[in-house]
Amino acid sequence: MPVILVTDVLVWLLAAAATGYAFYCRRHPHLAVPWARVFRSTAAMASVVVLGVYVALGLLDSLHFRPELEKKDGEQKAYSSEVLSVLDLALSHLRGRSEKTYSAPLATRSFAKEQIELPDGRQLRDFPRLRFGGAHLQDEGEWAGDVAKRMLTGIAVAAALLFLIFLVMKIIRKRRPEIPWSAAYAAIAVLALLAGPAAALSSGYHVLGTDKVGQDIFYLALKSVRTSLVIGTLTTLVLLPVGIALGIAAGYFKGWIDDVIQYLYTTLNSIPGVLLIAAAVLMMQVYIDLHPEMFQTAVQRADLRLLFLCIILGLTSWTGLARLLRGEALKLSQLEYIQAAHAFGVRDTRILARHILPNVSHIVIIAMVMDFSGLVLAEAVLSYVGVGVDPSTNSFGTMINAARMEMAREPVVWWALATAFTFMFALVLAANLFADAVRDGFDPRVRM
Amino acid sequence: MSNSILEVVNLKTHLDTATGELRAVDGVDIKLRKGECFALVGESGSGKSMTALSLMRLLPEAGRIADGRVLLDGQDLLALPEAAMRAVRGRRVAMIFQEPSTALNPVLTVGRQITEVIERHTALTGEAVRARALALLDAVGIPDAARRCEEYPFQLSGGLKQRVMIACALAAEPEVLIADEPTTALDVTIQAQILDLLAKLQAERQMAILLITHDLGIVARMAQRVAVMYAGEIVEIADRDAFFAAPQHPYSQKLFDALPTPEKRGTELSVIPGQVPPLTGKFEGCRFVERCEVAYLRCRHEVPQLIAIPGDATAHRLVRCHLREQGLAPPPQNVSTEVEEGTLVAVASMPVIVEAENLKVHFPIHKGLFKRTVGYVRAVDGVSLAIHAGRTLALVGESGCGKTTAGKALLRLIAPTGGRVVFAGKDLSTLSRNALRKGRGAMQIIFQDPYASLNPRMRIADILSEGMRSLDVGRDDKDRMYRVAELLEQVGLPLEALARYPHEFSGGQRQRIAIARALAVEPKLIVCDEPTSALDVSVQAQILNLLKSLQERLGIAYLFITHNISIVEYLAHEVAVMYLGRIIERGTTAEVLGDPKHPYTQALLSAVPTVDGKREIIRLGGELPSPAHPPAGCHFHPRCPKAMPECREAYPEAVQLGRTRTVNCILYRASKAASSTPGRRGRCGTG
Repeated sequence: MPVILVTDVLVWLLAAAATGYAFYCRRHPHLAVPWARVFRSTAAMASVVVLGVYVALGLLDSLHFRPELEKKDGEQKAYSSEVLSVLDLALSHLRGRSEKTYSAPLATRSFAKEQIELPDGRQLRDFPRLRFGGAHLQDEGEWAGDVAKRMLTGIAVAAALLFLIFLVMKIIRKRRPEIPWSAAYAAIAVLALLAGPAAALSSGYHVLGTDKVGQDIFYLALKSVRTSLVIGTLTTLVLLPVGIALGIAAGYFKGWIDDVIQYLYTTLNSIPGVLLIAAAVLMMQVYIDLHPEMFQTAVQRADLRLLFLCIILGLTSWTGLARLLRGEALKLSQLEYIQAAHAFGVRDTRILARHILPNVSHIVIIAMVMDFSGLVLAEAVLSYVGVGVDPSTNSFGTMINAARMEMAREPVVWWALATAFTFMFALVLAANLFADAVRDGFDPRVRM
Repeated sequence: MSNSILEVVNLKTHLDTATGELRAVDGVDIKLRKGECFALVGESGSGKSMTALSLMRLLPEAGRIADGRVLLDGQDLLALPEAAMRAVRGRRVAMIFQEPSTALNPVLTVGRQITEVIERHTALTGEAVRARALALLDAVGIPDAARRCEEYPFQLSGGLKQRVMIACALAAEPEVLIADEPTTALDVTIQAQILDLLAKLQAERQMAILLITHDLGIVARMAQRVAVMYAGEIVEIADRDAFFAAPQHPYSQKLFDALPTPEKRGTELSVIPGQVPPLTGKFEGCRFVERCEVAYLRCRHEVPQLIAIPGDATAHRLVRCHLREQGLAPPPQNVSTEVEEGTLVAVASMPVIVEAENLKVHFPIHKGLFKRTVGYVRAVDGVSLAIHAGRTLALVGESGCGKTTAGKALLRLIAPTGGRVVFAGKDLSTLSRNALRKGRGAMQIIFQDPYASLNPRMRIADILSEGMRSLDVGRDDKDRMYRVAELLEQVGLPLEALARYPHEFSGGQRQRIAIARALAVEPKLIVCDEPTSALDVSVQAQILNLLKSLQERLGIAYLFITHNISIVEYLAHEVAVMYLGRIIERGTTAEVLGDPKHPYTQALLSAVPTVDGKREIIRLGGELPSPAHPPAGCHFHPRCPKAMPECREAYPEAVQLGRTRTVNCILYRASKAASSTPGRRGRCGTG
């Protein structure tokens, strides 16, 4: 039975809107030209590949359903209370295999000593074998050989795939020679050579170890991607209409409207953001807890909290964009083509829509991609503080939060934190590089 | 010449652009003699500024000097290492830039900026440096130098800043001064002061000046020798008098023909068709061939060289034209001066289309925490004028006098603080917002900057039809498209322009689009706010011709706001001169420009550099006072050479001198009675 989460709908709408925008851009040279400039940058092409992989993961993870339970005779169809996504299906071998507690990457034994009862009845205090990690090995001495074999298989498959892609690239390159395909190819190669062995190893081991309750870290990291993307994109969706409307209204109408809007964002800016968000999220949490009947599953409940977090973040972070747009609209409203429009008696709404908005769109696009990485990081910080997403939602923030105590352990449990760090770093770096390229492409002042 | 101080040999400067290598300067040879002012003239894009920057080796990043030598007293500047070049810049060759407001560092005092140059290039230290800085400020005519020395650039006006720039440039007593459009950003009266200063300093110090300008009037006044640049090459070099008497290259001749002058009134200005060819390609023949009326087959296939003209030993002329191998060009024929007096007089009887009475625009000055209004900038302070249908009223004045604000207040693009505007019998201030919106079509405006006046995100078709759609002109979209096509034809643009975006057009073409946009809603009055001041002379001629023919065909009235007196002489029927928010003199063009009465008008007209002959310049001291604190009494009295104690007491009433003429000056109060004598009226009738 499909489960439609609110954020799923919004994510897919956003994807549809992005596709629509791409087609719109193709037909409007003033948009197509700067985008073409963006894709001529090597950094942008490489980061687009990385971002593409993240987005694909996020979209797959945004198709939810409840699996059908096995029918007993005569009973009605019943569905599990657990909500899964398409990504979960693909990663089912990772999801189901929980250990008891921590284990290091690729380990065959647990990280903590336990009392083990030997077959002859004696008790022994030792590191127990893992239930799944390396369970197929009869003798742990084969470990090195098995890992090497799996890695090589993974690399071989990746190389074969890369060769195919190389052939396809050759054809595309002829059609659009101006785009740096080699940069994209290099990024694909790096990703494939990482993903191939990881996939091959993950069937027998916990590639990146397990966390406190024995969940596979690799799986958690992949599941966290969606949360980051949702926060990064849906928040801008909330932020944009508010920021754009108030920003250009303040700059265009001036006078008391400008005063009111300026007061609003100055006040909002002076309240510590975390405090405001914490208060709002906690109030929301109380509401959710008092109305359990509204939610069929725990995932839906967590999802509402995620959506609400996006809205709160959006409502507190539009000020930067509004300030930028106010300045630009102030400048534009003095320009002569706006005055010419006044001389034609064109209505204010039409001037805003036809003259101001298209001419600030480059700022909006730049602000959007720039904000994305900031929001991803903000989510991590908020979840770490405990006012972010629901604890049951996978996110980089909750991963870091869970792992932080173990940094003080000896020997240190580093893999959970390192994984969250690496995945988030790759996402934010790619987003920032892409944002830079977008700014270079769109900002008329940067243009040579 | 053996006494040349700076010699440029075969200079080639290339710029890397997206469309390929652009040869901005392509083989320029210049010899600058000691104590001489050498003018480099050309339109925008001709490579004159690039030449100057190449001499100083201050090219932008994308530029490089591909070939050539720059010899300063025999030493090749292009071969010097950068460290040695720094010792040359400022010390031996100094430069003044066009925009004084950005050429000075805003966080350093004026004195500091001058002493920096002195300390860098001379052995002076301590008190001696300061004394020298003060002496320099004195020399460039800055009053109260000791106080000004401690001030920051924002405390100085544009003219003073340019003087400081000159002081900086002169600090190390350079042998060569490069002045790149030194007065383009300044008003005519200030321009006259700065040009005087440069001429005086040049004579005193025996300095060589390389003057770069697009204004032939400035050349006539300042230069001893002239070089005309076109498309990266020098096409003509001559002594000033010889050049102005009979320019030899077809391009130079065309430049003179395109200048609007009173003699050409009633005739079409000669235009140079086409555009400067792109400098990215190679040239097979003459670069001017596509735009030249006298070109023949040879011009296409053989690159002309800079040659001396046979039979012209005295003028030291060099011209890059095949035709001149046969000798001198015939002297220019004066255009027939059959001004259609008849039409001029007849139009005076046309009905008044718009009338402003005591129009005021005051901008409040806010201060303090609660933004209390502490005063008003009286940008427009009681302007009354009347424009007749199908006639042109020119509103003339220096920047900051409120002429643009007056124009916009007339259209109610800025809400007036007081006064009345009556348009076609209706008082605009009594109209409701909606009624005013509907009536907008009858009054339109054309702006100064063709780059800012078109929305870069809209196609030309949308730009042109926007007004029609807003004002419900035309039945449906199809009908409007026909009209748009018709408009394009009227302003002389091809139909395929419709689907394109503004950035694909040149400045002149954009101005045509802006004119077409205004015409689209069938206006009766167009306010032209300096429509040609951002354009080159040849393009300006095209736009003026267009405006003139549109007026003749469609009977549109123009309010022509400008500071360019020669355009007024060519185009306007009536003139109103503004000073600090008020009209101080008005009348027909012939009256005001032929026989200016107000001391300010007299000074303004005398300060305009002209190509032909020299007028006696009336020098005005000081600058335009702030409209926030206008002087008591007559606003002009602090600068007026004829000021009397009485002038300080009250603002002079308008004095009617003849039927069409008024002047606000007490000098003419006594002659008020005389103004009604038949003799005077007769004189005015001829105007």
